[in-house]
Amino acid sequence: MTPTLQLFLVFSSALFSIGLLAALSRRHAIFILIGIEMMLAAANLNFVAFWRFAPGPHEPTGVMVAIFSIAIAAAEAGVGLALVIAVYRHIRTTNVDQLDQLKG
Amino acid sequence: MSEFLDQIFVIGKRRALSPLAGMPDWLQQIVSSLISISAVLVLFLSLFAMMSLLERKILARIQNRYGPNRVGPFGLLQPLADGIKMLIKEDIVPIRADKVVHFLAPIMVAAPAILALGVIPYGRNMTPFAIDGGILFFFAVGSATELAVFMAGWGSNNKFSMLGAMRAIAQMVSYELPLLITVLPVVMIVGSLSPDAIVAAQSGYKLGFIPHWFVLKPWGAAAFLLFFISGLVESNRTPFDVPEGESEIVAGHMTEYSGFKYATFFMAEYFGMFAISGLAVTLFLGGWQAPISWLTFIPSYVWFFAKLGVLLFVFIWIRGTLPRTRVDQVMNFAWKFMLPMAFTCVLAAAVWHYAAHGISGWLASFAIIAVVYVLLSRLLGAHKRFATRTYRFAE
Amino acid sequence: MNSVAFIAIAVVTLGAALAAALLRKLIHAALVLAVAFIGLAAFYFLLGAEFVGLVQIFVYVGAVAILIVFTILLTRREGETIRGPNWSGVIIATAVFSGLAWAVYKTPSLAAVAPTFEALTVKRIGETLMTDYIWPLLCIGLLLTAALVGALVLVMEGKRE
Repeated sequence: MTPTLQLFLVFSSALFSIGLLAALSRRHAIFILIGIEMMLAAANLNFVAFWRFAPGPHEPTGVMVAIFSIAIAAAEAGVGLALVIAVYRHIRTTNVDQLDQLKG
Repeated sequence: MSEFLDQIFVIGKRRALSPLAGMPDWLQQIVSSLISISAVLVLFLSLFAMMSLLERKILARIQNRYGPNRVGPFGLLQPLADGIKMLIKEDIVPIRADKVVHFLAPIMVAAPAILALGVIPYGRNMTPFAIDGGILFFFAVGSATELAVFMAGWGSNNKFSMLGAMRAIAQMVSYELPLLITVLPVVMIVGSLSPDAIVAAQSGYKLGFIPHWFVLKPWGAAAFLLFFISGLVESNRTPFDVPEGESEIVAGHMTEYSGFKYATFFMAEYFGMFAISGLAVTLFLGGWQAPISWLTFIPSYVWFFAKLGVLLFVFIWIRGTLPRTRVDQVMNFAWKFMLPMAFTCVLAAAVWHYAAHGISGWLASFAIIAVVYVLLSRLLGAHKRFATRTYRFAE
Repeated sequence: MNSVAFIAIAVVTLGAALAAALLRKLIHAALVLAVAFIGLAAFYFLLGAEFVGLVQIFVYVGAVAILIVFTILLTRREGETIRGPNWSGVIIATAVFSGLAWAVYKTPSLAAVAPTFEALTVKRIGETLMTDYIWPLLCIGLLLTAALVGALVLVMEGKRE
């Protein structure tokens, strides 16, 4: 038995849900970022899986999208973590529940 | 005959695999990989033992001492004695340490160094793990070392360990950029990320005796020097051993390790050094190619290890002669000098390539590198004021 | 493609991802997150996209994990309790997963087996990147530069007047 496209998709939806779990249920800003990174990675896997399972010879479009989205994820992590540090310097907390003021 | 000697290991592996001819494919693959892996491991572990002895001997010579000479003839069995000592030492784990992370860190440090050795071509047809993106594999695996160093520093729960780990990560991240960008001109000229293709591109001789190695081109020479300096930093060697500077922070991230775990860190450091030197040989020094055309009868792997040996000797030589730099000097050097020079190498390689690899291209790319080097050093030294050096006793 | 390899990698990756979402200590979560990313890279290898797998390791383990770890160190406070996950999140995540899995299994066209194909070489990727995808590539370069500058500006200690 070789794994079908369905198995890959189920795997990536499991990874997506775990990322969602981390993003929704944790109160710490860094955990939320970890969750978002996981969801992005799961979506990325889908692109490559669809590219691999497409019939016939074709352009490496899925791979290209995956490469670009990895680059974007890196930028997102950099800016996101910089935001966490900036907020921490300001309010001395990383708990997102306590960030309830619009005033700086 | 020389053909047979050249391919003796390849033929030997094929012979060893021949009884498995009728077996399923996956079994053959696994056995084949196991043979390659054990060959690489045995080879580099013995090289590590030899190197640890040679380093002490050469350092001793540089410092006017004898070095280890008690165990066995000329101290040749010293590595064995060291190994036994390391094995029977007590393994101390601090009470407040993060036990799991503390335990896993030495393994995580050693694994990438060993994996990186897999993609280097040791001789003709002798690449253990020949993949298309071998160079990328090398750096991808190498980047995992930083996390492992952090694990060592964090897991020990000791401020010296943490400081050492922070220093190590900071300088490794900074020097990874010049390291990668100096590889870029080679990849650009060859048009491939595979180490085998890069070695093949450096074959042949000009006028019958000058090899086509990249180190003999102006951009290649500059890139090789930058690569070598970055390699010194990546493997935490003097003069860039700031992360484990004994006079400042005990032993950096290795402070809380003892016995065999410490030996593993030590081994990983040497393996990292072998890997970086091996890659430098592959990228710039023609890999396993002979330096002169009438010496091609000597087997290819002999040439590879001869070049590797020369580079390793330079590593030891530098350790014996240069003092340790300061942390801020290391970082400034990376961002203000190494990075611009690395980009200049890329530019010079492009000029060389578009001038059809001729003498005019050679001169043009040399001029570019020389001009940028002079301007950059003027710029960096512009606001520094040095007092005139006076000698109190030497006059 | 090998189902044994698939199952082994899937178990390791999902286990590591779950641990990253549920562990109490942030540092441990960041470290097992790196393991999950290595597992994903193994999936890319399994799918024949070696380049993406290597880039994944390079970017996520070499850069993103280090960034997360550094941020944790810079924002650490003694005596701060970090609570575990709450139940509403678990329920929502389970619901999303069952919905997605149900949709995937009910779609017959997705039961495809991978066709044989010629390996995707790095050269091919490079050529495609430099011809058809040159504009996205330039945009990514701009984006990364902007992100670099933005992150620096955010984190730099401002001069207090």
